[in-house]
Amino acid sequence: MVKPDIEQLKKWARQLRLDVLMMLNKAKSGHTGGSLSAADIIAALYFYKMRHNPKETKWPDRDRFVLSKGHAAPIQYAALARCGYFSPKELTTLRRFGTILQGHPDMKCTPGIEVCTGSLGQGLSMANGIALALRLDKKSSRVYALMGDGEQEEGQVWEAAMSAAHYKLDNICAFVDFNGFQIDGAVTDIMNIEPLSQKWKAFGWHVLMIDGHDMGQIVKALDDAETIKGQPTMVIARTVKGKGVSIFEGKYQYHGVPPSDDELKRSLEELGISADGWPERVI
Amino acid sequence: MTKLIATRDVYGETLAEIGAVNKNIVVLDADLSSSTKTNIFAKKFPERFFNMGVSEADMMGTAAGLAAGGKIPFASTFAIFASGRAWEQIRQSIAYPKLNVKIVATHGGITVGEDGASHQAIEDIALMRAIPNMTVVVPCDGVETKSVIHEIIKYNGPVYVRVARGKFPVVMPEDYKFTLGKGSVVRDGKDAAIIANGLMVSHALEAAEMLAKEGLSIRVVNMSTIKPIDRDIIIKAAKETGAILTCEEHSIIGGLGEAVATVAAEEYPVQVKRLGIQDRFGQSGLAEELLVHYALMPKDIAEAVKEAVKKK
Repeated sequence: MVKPDIEQLKKWARQLRLDVLMMLNKAKSGHTGGSLSAADIIAALYFYKMRHNPKETKWPDRDRFVLSKGHAAPIQYAALARCGYFSPKELTTLRRFGTILQGHPDMKCTPGIEVCTGSLGQGLSMANGIALALRLDKKSSRVYALMGDGEQEEGQVWEAAMSAAHYKLDNICAFVDFNGFQIDGAVTDIMNIEPLSQKWKAFGWHVLMIDGHDMGQIVKALDDAETIKGQPTMVIARTVKGKGVSIFEGKYQYHGVPPSDDELKRSLEELGISADGWPERVI
Repeated sequence: MTKLIATRDVYGETLAEIGAVNKNIVVLDADLSSSTKTNIFAKKFPERFFNMGVSEADMMGTAAGLAAGGKIPFASTFAIFASGRAWEQIRQSIAYPKLNVKIVATHGGITVGEDGASHQAIEDIALMRAIPNMTVVVPCDGVETKSVIHEIIKYNGPVYVRVARGKFPVVMPEDYKFTLGKGSVVRDGKDAAIIANGLMVSHALEAAEMLAKEGLSIRVVNMSTIKPIDRDIIIKAAKETGAILTCEEHSIIGGLGEAVATVAAEEYPVQVKRLGIQDRFGQSGLAEELLVHYALMPKDIAEAVKEAVKKK
């Protein structure tokens, strides 16, 4: 097992956050809060855990990632660009007509995207299907999926939860980005999903609870999940919506709202990052 | 005597046959495998069969994932649950990325019979036709069903195939070969054309026979692919006969009738009449009783053809 460089992973998470803020400000639309809350998990997946090859996107032995909460596409696009799947310059075209970076993940447009998501609740079923195919092909590749907490309200999530446990898909490791907010407000107010960990346990999953912004905990959860046999692993990651920028933190109003020019300026000041040379320059 | 075969039986047998040769085929069902006949495949290849339980949405998503993983998934359940319950999953997870999932839905139409309206899909073709990238096929008998299953595997993309519960008369010759996107003239004629699919093809042939005794020469077209529709065969029928009757075991809204009428209207406007379920739900009863009640018997078709001919 490769030893993770926690400090380097934190740097990557910062880079991805910068990319998200810049992309969304430029696109003038998109989902800020849920992209930022997933930044650390995405950084750990793409820059530490996943076996993948940006130069051979269909490498049969690659690990797969399904962004079930497809509205957080910008954070995945940022990771794909920084890994070398496409030029970081593409990040400036997010959501524009003719772009390879559609509003929600699209396997037909974007190198490195495995399925089409965006309609909530469907990603885990697809991840299960990929995991079954890998098992039939006797591949040791793993499938990672990231869901939202509001997404847990979709019935299909629980159908898929049953299926993964029934078929003992231990090659699956799913995350819930538990940032506490959905478009209309706090998850506890809109439609309470608690007790979430008990639900996943009752559905037959191995459940880990972590701080989704503690890189050490994320990395450990990813390593631990690989050792679990006979059942899928669910990592419930407590996160903060809009994490990293105080004006967005914990504010559901920024679920689907991009940073304005002024908000971007204040965000970069707070993060202590300069946007000079973006998107080519890596911080 | 005419041979009667249930298209779902042929589906199950054909799938198991092909599965022995093509190891990439995997099959999913939603707790109806003994009815959809995927249980034949399940028995022979248990490692490639996935019963997803009563969860159609998850079944379609899992099928999408299997296709993304390089497999050729066949997903089966009753037509109403496949097309209705899991419509958006089919749209988002399967059709949008054009994944190679074959949805073979059994128990289409009102010939489901005793189970009643809840189980009788009369809108499935409309629902599937509306989705971009989707191909829609309704075979008319057992012979065609076998050929359809073989042919759709050669096509890389999503396909919806509707088969039926009941035993239908075999109308296609044993050596018939289905071509995706092509209709076939099963009886020639010049006074009017009946364009039908599914069970209605055999009813149309009976109607044509009745009308022949009255001196009318009626063409019967088996339009097994509804999308993409065979425009040429429609235009030819319009030009050569001047009157078209469409006939389907489906709502007159959004199905074969509308597909044919649209092509005729755009390319060569002639009298078009649509026979089907007249925008209402089904109900319990024997298949034959329901076909009589909803006016889908050969004599109903014959009468409708005469009306169309009169308006020429």
